[in-house]
Amino acid sequence: MMASSYNAKEEDGHHSGSSTHGGTGAPKNKKPDNTAFKQQRLPAWQPILTAGTVLPAFFIIGLMFIPIGIGLYVTSNNIKEYEVDYTGVEPNSPCYDCANSFTWNSTTPCVCTVNFTLTQPFESNVYMYYGLSNFYQNHRRYVKSRDDSQLNGVQSSLISPSKECEPYRTNPETKQPIAPCGAIANSLFNDTLELYYSQPDGNTSKVTLVKKGIAWYTDKHVKFRNPGNDKDNLTERFKGTAKPVNWMKPVYELDPSDPENNGFINEDFIVWMRTAALPTFRKLYRIIQKKPDSTPTLASGKYFLKITYNYPVRSFDGRKRMILSTISWMGGKNPFLGIAYITVGSICFFLGVVLLIIHHKYDTRSNSADIPN
Amino acid sequence: MLRRRLNRLFGGDEGRVHSRTIYVGHKSCPPNEAYIPPKFCDNRIVSSKYTVWNFLPKNLFEQFRRIANFYFLIIFLVQVIVDTPTSPVTSGLPLFFVITVTAVKQGYEDWLRHKADREVNEYRVSVLEDGRRIRKMSAKIKVGDIVEVEEDETFPCDLILLQSSRDDGTCFVTTASLDGESNHKTHYTVADLESDLQYLSATIECEQPQPDLYKFVGRMHIYRNSQEPDVRSLGPENLLLKGANLKNTQKICGVAVYTGMETKMALNYQGKSQKRSAVEKSINAFLLVYLFILVSKALVCTTLKYVWQSKHDETWYNEKTQKEKETNQYLKMFTDFLSFMVLFNFIIPVSMYVTVEMQKFLGSFFITWDKDFFDPEIQEGALVNTSDLNEELGQVEYIFTDKTGTLTQNNMEFIECCIDGFQYKHGDGSSELDGFCVTDGPVNKIQQKAGREREELFLRALCLCHTVQVKESTKQRQDQIDQIDQIDQIDQVDGLGLDHEFLDPPQKEMGFIASSPDEIALVKGAMRYGFTFLGLESKNMKILNRNKDVETYELLHVLNFDPVRRRMSVMVKSKTGDILLFCKGADSSIFPQVRQEEVERIRMHVERNATEGYRTLCVAYKHLSAQEYARADADLREARLTLQDREEKLMAVYNRVETDMILIGATAVEDQLQDEAAQTMEALQGAGMKIWVLTGDKMETAKSTCYACGLFKKNTELLELTLRTLEDGGRSREERLHDLLLEYHKKAVQDAPPVKLGITRSWSVAGQDYGFIIDGASLSMVLSSSSEPNSRRYKNLFLQICQNCTSVLCCRMAPLQKAQIVKLVKNSKGNPITLSIGDGANDVSMILEAHVGIGIKGKEGRQAVKNSDYAIPKLKHLKKLLLAHGHLYYVRIAHLVQYFFYKNLCFILPQFLYQFFCGYSQQPLYDAAYLTMYNICFTSMPILAYSLLEQHICIEVLLEHSTLYRDIAKNAMLRWKLFLYWTALGIFHGLVFFFGVRFLFSNPALQDNGQVFGNWSYGTIVFTVLVFTVTLKLALDTRHWTWINHFVIWGSLAFYVFFSFFWGGIIWPFLKHQRLYFVFANMLSSVSAWLVIILLILLSLLPEILLVVLRKPRGPHARQKKSSAGDPQSPQSSARPLLTRTFSDESNTVI
Repeated sequence: MMASSYNAKEEDGHHSGSSTHGGTGAPKNKKPDNTAFKQQRLPAWQPILTAGTVLPAFFIIGLMFIPIGIGLYVTSNNIKEYEVDYTGVEPNSPCYDCANSFTWNSTTPCVCTVNFTLTQPFESNVYMYYGLSNFYQNHRRYVKSRDDSQLNGVQSSLISPSKECEPYRTNPETKQPIAPCGAIANSLFNDTLELYYSQPDGNTSKVTLVKKGIAWYTDKHVKFRNPGNDKDNLTERFKGTAKPVNWMKPVYELDPSDPENNGFINEDFIVWMRTAALPTFRKLYRIIQKKPDSTPTLASGKYFLKITYNYPVRSFDGRKRMILSTISWMGGKNPFLGIAYITVGSICFFLGVVLLIIHHKYDTRSNSADIPN
Repeated sequence: MLRRRLNRLFGGDEGRVHSRTIYVGHKSCPPNEAYIPPKFCDNRIVSSKYTVWNFLPKNLFEQFRRIANFYFLIIFLVQVIVDTPTSPVTSGLPLFFVITVTAVKQGYEDWLRHKADREVNEYRVSVLEDGRRIRKMSAKIKVGDIVEVEEDETFPCDLILLQSSRDDGTCFVTTASLDGESNHKTHYTVADLESDLQYLSATIECEQPQPDLYKFVGRMHIYRNSQEPDVRSLGPENLLLKGANLKNTQKICGVAVYTGMETKMALNYQGKSQKRSAVEKSINAFLLVYLFILVSKALVCTTLKYVWQSKHDETWYNEKTQKEKETNQYLKMFTDFLSFMVLFNFIIPVSMYVTVEMQKFLGSFFITWDKDFFDPEIQEGALVNTSDLNEELGQVEYIFTDKTGTLTQNNMEFIECCIDGFQYKHGDGSSELDGFCVTDGPVNKIQQKAGREREELFLRALCLCHTVQVKESTKQRQDQIDQIDQIDQIDQVDGLGLDHEFLDPPQKEMGFIASSPDEIALVKGAMRYGFTFLGLESKNMKILNRNKDVETYELLHVLNFDPVRRRMSVMVKSKTGDILLFCKGADSSIFPQVRQEEVERIRMHVERNATEGYRTLCVAYKHLSAQEYARADADLREARLTLQDREEKLMAVYNRVETDMILIGATAVEDQLQDEAAQTMEALQGAGMKIWVLTGDKMETAKSTCYACGLFKKNTELLELTLRTLEDGGRSREERLHDLLLEYHKKAVQDAPPVKLGITRSWSVAGQDYGFIIDGASLSMVLSSSSEPNSRRYKNLFLQICQNCTSVLCCRMAPLQKAQIVKLVKNSKGNPITLSIGDGANDVSMILEAHVGIGIKGKEGRQAVKNSDYAIPKLKHLKKLLLAHGHLYYVRIAHLVQYFFYKNLCFILPQFLYQFFCGYSQQPLYDAAYLTMYNICFTSMPILAYSLLEQHICIEVLLEHSTLYRDIAKNAMLRWKLFLYWTALGIFHGLVFFFGVRFLFSNPALQDNGQVFGNWSYGTIVFTVLVFTVTLKLALDTRHWTWINHFVIWGSLAFYVFFSFFWGGIIWPFLKHQRLYFVFANMLSSVSAWLVIILLILLSLLPEILLVVLRKPRGPHARQKKSSAGDPQSPQSSARPLLTRTFSDESNTVI
């Protein structure tokens, strides 16, 4: 269709004028160039996948994947993980009362305590996650309900947040812009979890939870910025904005103790703002640092988790969990990779064997029957 | 008043409908009447489609008339209007790109057309006005203008010839650009006009413009001294057509009758109808399937969304906006459906159309570039008129070929003659001065027997009985007019006479021009025997005889050739006053007109020559007494002047004159076979194509050509359905036709071994080959039998017989019948792909009719080339065009199409699956940038490079093993089975990508610092796996890795990585969302992500690798390349009469 272009004009036969002048003028040498490209003779590598070439590959893949899979599986198995569901669905669960008595405008926080026992000590750094189930952070309306330029500290967006934030854009009563706007920010997870260790001697000691380093470095340092001038008081900088309707305190009071962790650059907030991929997810809450001495980070024994129960999930049949987990080089506990590798490796190896048999059987014949017809 | 006006208007209209009146030179006629200039269109030619003003709207309208573009426009509009998951940019940008590129291309083409138009319209012509010559632009010519045209110029509009610089009131034109006939045609001035056109006062009444080139009816009224006007009739011989060239005539004057878009040329110009390839049809079928998938996906999601929403009512953390709450529930459902459509619309990508078009466009260059198609003789290579059909070249099942000029060279050579039954052969070895006396061996003795007188008479006949003109350069003619250089001329010719082996440079200068190459061959043949035709000078024909004397004959009459009489004659008067009539023509038309004594001896020779594939003509003569001549002369003049039934009357006179002649001899002229014609045909037949020869030529000649080309073989049983066989047996033709058809059907179809799929394709294995011969008359009987049911039955029988024959020969075909046959086969069961190849204007109809039309850049003008889809210089190039180029293009585009559907299926499937995990909320899995770029940048180049460069089997092997062509016959690579395989593969990959990552994300803490990944990381991992798998899948399919493939495949992967870093490395100030900020980098910092990516890619490709291994090994072909590439090209050279003879000799025994 495209190539017809050149002839369009010739077809018309309209060169009545030109034909007389042009006639058989200087004979242009129209001989096509004899270049490898134009003659489709570019030197080419013509790989032929035959049983002979593929067989070793199968074996190599098999032999590589199976050990990797075993390694992954073992690693994953060595990761210690402990999960506490504190939703309070069952009447006998400690947080049942809190879950049932929840109202949005209660002023007194409801606190409940869950006891649990670690049978094995947790070595090295222990990571504390909170997990939510049946919570659709990946719902489209939810995912887009944020204003990244507001979160990046752009003043104009602070005053007039993006339309995407509706219906969490302005406070319905005061008409002030909400900072941070949007459904994600509005639904910030605001349970407070505290971990206590019941020492064998009967004392309880609070486990130190580090709240730094839970968010992506780039998020904390580039993507999320507080608005205004660094020298000003954070309160000043958020002046004229309203807190998200479901929040109990404004954004500049997220962590009054540490100015580097307050406002938009509060790490809990940043972690929450990274929307989860699936409706059941976990997010990093705190880190329990490894102790300098050789004692385990979390010794085996009795612990109790003190929860300030602010976050309602019963309305959508959600679940809340607290997860303690150690971490390996491959991340958290997940046997999937190990199993998958072992499976694929075994399949490859098996196919290799099958192919080898086929190859041996047919090899002698293939030489005579290679040209069809 | 009003009524009168209306009447007049109507009257005027009526008048316009029937005829137009032209005032020659815009003078009122008769002079005293008021002159109202009639309105006709001006001579402007407009071939351009657009103007500056209407370009944009018109072009856009035309572009959006294409279904695909319209679909994307709708998607884009939906995105703009409805709240959709992806921004309008994602589909708007590619659409905009496509539309712009196409608009620019079409704009450029139109600009070229404008330029060409301007060149034509602004070309300066001379117009006579009031006796003065005025130069003006061609576009300004008005009907009635008297235009002067000089030699070699093109007529600017349709003219009535008023005056010629030639004494005899004739002029010569060539109409090569109109109908492809390159011979000179004679046109006549209107008789008895004033010599000074200034004083001519006349009107012309002629019919309204109509496209038939050979029809023109008109009247000229000439007013003189206020007498009753003289009336002259005007016919096509007076009309000079725009586009024709003036030849051999210094200048002419003519009056413009049709101008501009009303000229016959403009009326004849039609755009070629768009041909669509079978692949395109497959694409459309696949598109429908994908459209169905798309719609059902959207429907499923919409339904599930509302099911889900009924359970998960609005949650506190994710409230609906005010607007959403207010929208009508059903409207909401509808917009949701549209949103899903938009989300999944990438499954039918714009880019596929772009890539397919690019592939076709760029791919066609390889045909033009191929140096094997370059013909040193005409200094030209192949020409691609449409790139739409590249892949169709790999699908051809039927080839319809012309004979003359296609299978043969249309390069006539005088082979032998027979005088009085004695054979004279111009031997190759004879170098005697007088080549005539001594010829080669066996005939040497006999040849002496023919009397010298008879010989010379025969040769004079050859020299005189023709319409050949000597092509002189202007200077020479000038000389001749001055009658000075007579001696020089003779000297020059002397040289010819002496050296008849090779053409001397001076001889080359003196070319001959004739309407048919046979005539030239005969004149040249006579020249070899010592009689040279010097030319026609004011009705005197001069020939140089063997004694180097110039003989002059006065040309009295030419009794023109016509296809009904199939002979032509001249009447000449010799110096001595004898009046002679020489006649030459086809044996069948001469024999009845001569005295019977001679016939038998010559008939033998003629028939032998005919079976050897020569074109034979018989020559006869007759003495005319003065009385006889006077009568003939009077009859002829009378007949020429009649206005009605002129043709019939002339014919009657001709037939009366051409009787009682004496047969002198016969000639045999060979039309040489094209280079490698037999090999080409053999290869094409080996490739499973059926070859039909459609020719207007005689059956015997055509049959022997078929034998020579190897279309009929020694053991081929010929089934003949011609007038000859029909008239055997003495029954009515209809009955006989019926019987014959049934008999042949029984032979070829019923008795043939049971047809199985495998066997039909390899007919050569099945015992008996059949060849079928049919002629035009029988064909028309088959096609249009008297009764309708019979006709259909005959057609079916005919088709079935033909389909079971190895080759079919259709002789004596009219151009339209050729197209009819093509159409018949094209529409027969299974819709086989047809290809027509021809070189002449008479092949145009079949070239246009067939799926693929190939033009040979032959001798018969450029008409076939212009109307063809591809043009090649020689028949032998067809082999490479089909077996190599066609095969490769087909494989390439078929793979391209399948791959495109596959890659978009596995692109969009994870997105679909993700809906099940995000509450059917239309949340895209991939970032908008990835959605947009996937088809444009990340995966488009490798497949484009593949589809341009792939040679799964290298060219030499393809040419050597023509049977490989059968592997792809019947659209083999786009069958539903394969489509299902690719679809299944796409689904498998999509499932692997999505669920592989899904299981990984059951614990999103994938980094070694315990941090978690979100939904964008999920999408990015899936996307990375996707891009790599899809590209590597192509790499696995690539059999021919040039550096370009390497560059493009690894380059796009590198580009993907680079782009992802870049895209996520910056806070983009103009973007609302910074979704991918450092997502890719973080992904790469996770070992688990690496591991899962590697695992999933490998797992996806595993079945593919396995299949490649288990598939029939292609290896040997590739390996053979090295051995065959080294082979020197088989030294088979040009035409071989020898071949002709051996085959035909053998054939004689069979027939």
